Amino acid sequence: MTALLFLEQTLNGLQLGVTLFLMAAGLTLVFGIMNMVNLAHGSLYMMGAFFAATFVGWTGSFFLALPLAVAATFVLGLAVETLALRTLYGRDHLDQVLATFGLILFFNELVKIVWGPVSIFMDVPKALSGRVELIPGAPYPVYRLAVLAVGLAVAAGLWWLIARTRTGMLIRAGASNREMVGALGVDIKRLYTLVFALGAALAALAGVMAGPIYVVEIGMGDSMLIKTFVVIVIGGIGSIRGAFVAALIVGTVDTFGRVLPAQFGLPAAIAEMAIYILMAAVLFWKPAGLFGGRA
Amino acid sequence: MSGLDKRTWFVLVLLAGLAVLPLIATATGNEFQIGQFRRILIFAIAAVSLDLILGYGGMVSLGHAAFFGVGAYVVAILNWHADREVPLFGMMLGTQNVLATWTAAVVVSAGLAFLIGLVSLRTTGIFFIMITLAFAQMVYFFFVSLRAYGGDDGLRFPGDTVVLGVIDTENDTAFYYLVLGVLCATLYLCRRLVNSRFGMVVQGCRENERRMRALGYPTYLYKLAAFTLAGGIAGLAGALFAAHESYISPSIMHWTRSGDLIVMVVLGGMGTLIGPVAGAVAFLFLEKTLPDYTEHWMIVFGPILLLVVLFARRGIFGWFLPPEERDRHGH
Repeated sequence: MTALLFLEQTLNGLQLGVTLFLMAAGLTLVFGIMNMVNLAHGSLYMMGAFFAATFVGWTGSFFLALPLAVAATFVLGLAVETLALRTLYGRDHLDQVLATFGLILFFNELVKIVWGPVSIFMDVPKALSGRVELIPGAPYPVYRLAVLAVGLAVAAGLWWLIARTRTGMLIRAGASNREMVGALGVDIKRLYTLVFALGAALAALAGVMAGPIYVVEIGMGDSMLIKTFVVIVIGGIGSIRGAFVAALIVGTVDTFGRVLPAQFGLPAAIAEMAIYILMAAVLFWKPAGLFGGRA
Repeated sequence: MSGLDKRTWFVLVLLAGLAVLPLIATATGNEFQIGQFRRILIFAIAAVSLDLILGYGGMVSLGHAAFFGVGAYVVAILNWHADREVPLFGMMLGTQNVLATWTAAVVVSAGLAFLIGLVSLRTTGIFFIMITLAFAQMVYFFFVSLRAYGGDDGLRFPGDTVVLGVIDTENDTAFYYLVLGVLCATLYLCRRLVNSRFGMVVQGCRENERRMRALGYPTYLYKLAAFTLAGGIAGLAGALFAAHESYISPSIMHWTRSGDLIVMVVLGGMGTLIGPVAGAVAFLFLEKTLPDYTEHWMIVFGPILLLVVLFARRGIFGWFLPPEERDRHGH
């Protein structure tokens, strides 16, 4: 493998990693704070992408469509949380799995009704459509660099929100001890709704940005959801820092898993399996994940 | 109804109903539906095996379809090799002997369940759900990428159709009764098992694992044994499914199939063994009939699931239980 290819794939891996992080950040908070399994997180990713496809059609601008789609999914998150998920927090995990599984079926079918069963191809916005020779001799798509930059910026913003603001303090407190935060007079219900909607918005952002790279289609969130689970398991539930580190690791391993086997004549089966093997290995040594306190 | 309680009546009526179904279908000229019912029974076997770990062991495994699929693939691959006379692992391992292929299916899927259980049972709760899902996904992708066996497109294979020299699986009715027999045997075995000392320990782990450990039980090994057994039974169901379809593709172990199995168990009544049979019948019946009313049946079915979770927590079987027993066992 040449150094050029290596650098290019590293960038690809990091870009997948930050997308995974956007998904994982919201999901790990919902897991950590509400102690809730949400299989429908991938549906929010999908809804974000479909909203964006529609808004691009209306406004003609990707840069207008992006915030609109994120905002729409934020509202959708508020609605889903208030109408359906709120009653499930105290229930056992099995109920949550079933109910959110029902939500996936619902959203997949909803998309089929509203947008039709055909996949939608989103164009890369003109301003970001070129390639830049970041690494001499290997022009790299500007759009993918922009995704990487946005992902890193959001990660930094999240760190600031969680570590430096009052809301973040409450979120952290909620993750460590829900009852105590409630007893201290914090409106825990509102905090839950806010955290869920924030997670929805981040998932939508990931979905919108993935739109032009992959394809906007029904069920696009499912495979992302499972990769996100792997990220959270490796990083440790409830840990944003863990999610960030694990997302970059998983993104890189997944990307190289697709390139390396062909280079060394290994069976292609390893490609899709690489991240799961990694997860098994991490779990074997650290059942609570890299940054997790409790299993 | 002296002597028999409602629970026993439910079991007897359900099984008797399944036993006379082919007769009714033949009498009314609907023989073609026997195959449909057989498919339902095959999934019922898988659902019962899941109930063993989900309902009694409290292990929310979101990857059960993987064992089902691996069982099916073992049968398909062995048949395929025998048919093409291609060596497997360097030896002429292919066979079309039904007894051999089905045994191999059980052994391989139980072995896989053992390995997956070995890692995933070190964790509990949300972690366990996500890990079983991730492992099942790994198995799914493994078969998707096996180009030699059709990959995504699946594998069609000519199978030997005679079981034990007696039952011909080409004969719809005979094969139906074979599957029903396997289902009854599974129910009987699981019933004996959950009431045995082993079953009590597994149920104890569901209620309070820490206490069971404090009492000196190696809970990890008990749960691993139950997980392995459930995987083996699911593999047997998969083998039956392969014989039923003569065609196999990775889609049967897609993660939503694992979700479907959980739905069957909970819809029917978890921790009851017979409930999941009713759940499988109800689920697959709805899956077949709802599309006749609306193309977008899932938009109805999804919210139904939500409502079942929120309001009908004991499932179909729960309706037949006296109120004091309706309190849910599982977690």
